[in-house]
Amino acid sequence: MEYLPAIFNIGWPLILLTIGYFVGRALEARHYVSIRQRERELQPVVALNTRYVPEGVNALGSVVVSGSVVVSSDYFKTFVAGFRTLFGGRFRSYETLLERARRQALLRMKLEARKSGSTLVIGVRFHTTKVAGSQTPSVEVLAFGTALHTTAP
Amino acid sequence: MLVSNLETAPGHRIVSHLGIAQGSTVRAKHVGRDFMSGLKNIVGGELKAYTELMQEARDEAVQRMTEEARSMGANAVLNLRFVTTSITMGAAEILAYGSAVTVEKL
Repeated sequence: MEYLPAIFNIGWPLILLTIGYFVGRALEARHYVSIRQRERELQPVVALNTRYVPEGVNALGSVVVSGSVVVSSDYFKTFVAGFRTLFGGRFRSYETLLERARRQALLRMKLEARKSGSTLVIGVRFHTTKVAGSQTPSVEVLAFGTALHTTAP
Repeated sequence: MLVSNLETAPGHRIVSHLGIAQGSTVRAKHVGRDFMSGLKNIVGGELKAYTELMQEARDEAVQRMTEEARSMGANAVLNLRFVTTSITMGAAEILAYGSAVTVEKL
């Protein structure tokens, strides 16, 4: 009975790793499907990062729109990343995490723009901040810009 | 109140510049929410509680900024910028600032 804690100590992280790997992967795949679908839907809304109203566009008014998302890495990704820092190189698992977050934030911004009756957002900026409060890395991605009203709102 | 992150207000003309208007807030989530986020960390993905927290905080910061701008006699804030800093575990400061101006419709 005295080796029970030892089994528990090794077993517990293994269980978490397995859950993290399979559930995390499934969730990521599902998220990508939903992102691609919404990107197609929101294709008519154009986001530019230029600061000036494009030529030929008659802007009557504007409103600030934003979209944000806080994402966290899963247990498996964090574990793998721990090894990665030994050898350096690409953190592929974190690359996809941040890419998903950025696309999601942009989509939410576009959705807000469309709700306000606009199809053109200019001056788009991204902000990425580390959010504290948990053991595994989580980041907030914010996308914001100015939605133009080409006709009276 | 017209708010824009551009240096100009589309469809408007700037009449006068009044200075910088700013608003900030420091927010934290309660322990229960933070615990749930801890569980979410195993499988990864979006932490909805934190997304909401940041969104609410940003709205409040912008509101405080526009209030300050209004007290300066402005009717618009241009060149809006956001700064986010995490202070301690689970708490973040969000600052919104911009130039308070008066504009008139073209």
